[in-house]
Amino acid sequence: MAKSLIYLDHAATTAVAPRVLEAMLPYFSQVYGNPSSIYSFAQEAHKAVDDSRDKVAKVLGCRPAELIFTSGGSESDNTALKGVAFAASQWGKHIITSSVEHHAVLHTCQYLEKFGFEVTYLPVDRYGMVDPQEVEKAITDQTILVSIMLANNEVGTVQPVSDIAKVIKVKSKQIGHGVSFHTDAVQGAGALDINVDKLGVDLLSLSSHKFYGPKGMGVLYVRRGAPFVPQQAGGAQERYRRAGTENVPGIVGTAVALEIAAGQLESNAAHCRTLRDRLIEGIQSRISHVHLNGHPTRRLANNANFSFEFVEGESILLGLDFEGIAASSGSACTSASLEPSHVLMAMGVPTDTAHGSLRLTVGVDNTEAEIDRVLEVLPGIVERLRALSPMTSSPSR
Amino acid sequence: MFPLPSAGQGEGEGVTSTLYHEENSMYSDIVTEHFKNPHNAGEMADADGVGDDSNPVCGDTMRLFIKVSDDRIVKASFLTRGCGAAIAASSMTTDMLRGLSLQDAARITNKDVANALGGLPGSKLHCSVLAEGVIRKALEDYHKRSQS
Repeated sequence: MAKSLIYLDHAATTAVAPRVLEAMLPYFSQVYGNPSSIYSFAQEAHKAVDDSRDKVAKVLGCRPAELIFTSGGSESDNTALKGVAFAASQWGKHIITSSVEHHAVLHTCQYLEKFGFEVTYLPVDRYGMVDPQEVEKAITDQTILVSIMLANNEVGTVQPVSDIAKVIKVKSKQIGHGVSFHTDAVQGAGALDINVDKLGVDLLSLSSHKFYGPKGMGVLYVRRGAPFVPQQAGGAQERYRRAGTENVPGIVGTAVALEIAAGQLESNAAHCRTLRDRLIEGIQSRISHVHLNGHPTRRLANNANFSFEFVEGESILLGLDFEGIAASSGSACTSASLEPSHVLMAMGVPTDTAHGSLRLTVGVDNTEAEIDRVLEVLPGIVERLRALSPMTSSPSR
Repeated sequence: MFPLPSAGQGEGEGVTSTLYHEENSMYSDIVTEHFKNPHNAGEMADADGVGDDSNPVCGDTMRLFIKVSDDRIVKASFLTRGCGAAIAASSMTTDMLRGLSLQDAARITNKDVANALGGLPGSKLHCSVLAEGVIRKALEDYHKRSQS
């Protein structure tokens, strides 16, 4: 029997919005010219890329020339960190990041360690927050780069990015050279203000498919004057900073999606917050031994992340899947590594509790009826799994 | 204007609703069935042997109970905290054990459990290893109890 899907995994990806798709379609097989070509037919594609860059720049409050279109959030993060590290190594080889970053940042830091860079992974509090004072303390005269995410992809905690930026500015004056500040804003876009001057960042990463744009597309903002060495050579595209023929439909879709997201920022956030709070209150009142992961107030409007004691996250996901509900978990059993979420571990969530985590991320198309359906079936799923669990009789806390 | 086959249907920015079916493409039908309706779940008060095992990395925890009569397993039950594969492997293990002699039970391997489930995804094979572990421990516990 087929039923309709209740999609509650918007932090993983979103559907391309109809207006975005409509804007993209002509650039696949009609306006297919290479933007680098001279003839007028190709210049149409070139203009579409330029116009899109202007639109994105407007949302970020930056110059169009400070933007690089990439293949997504992971490439943006990789390019940002490697680009700054290799360009600024003459001033030092120290990088500061947090222990709750996306793996695109953490694994890039590990890569840079192999090239002699030293990385400080800052701890977070139990809500997943980085303390700006910890950033201040960690900066040495060797520090060249700080990378702290705008909002966490698993637990939704919003970091004090602009406060961290202020601390970095003061410290960089003291040490006598610049310290570039990068933020991975992949989860923040569409939910938070991403004006680069208000945030005070020098580099910022975006991923289009998180805000109803296409997959395989991202943006990297690099402030004019920031140390940066391109990571992909071979052409003059993106002002020699990212070689390769532009993904014209993807770029067009990214700009339209970001424009819509920025225009509906308040109303979308309000809609998501209502549904999120309904979920949080409903789950906490219907199910015992459940913990809300992340910050109680400083969290993304669309993110609800719970730990259910005595059960395993993947089995909850499977139970939900059979009810047509798509969700996600930081549980080990949903990853190839078998390790529980590094984010929950960094927040000090006990390992056993971390195994029972469930992330529900709502979106603009979700309805109250869908949330109520989740509240109707989830208690039964958890209860059934707890009846099977050898741990139920011996509560861990 | 460029013709649009499906975009723009419905209201506002609405996403066309997606259909799903009551199965999970990651797991075999047998795993799905055992997860949905596990066999022999629950504690056994009069067990003759109990085996506990867990995977310290992924956190899955299994407890197997066996009832033995004339060197034969007459009943088996389980309690498991784990993923769908771990629950299905536990359920399948209790089915496989029922009626087996103690010697035959000792010969069950993780591969036997995985095969009986119609295969497991590579990343879930450790669940069947856990099943083999609890069988061994429950048998050890039985032998220890019967010696004392």
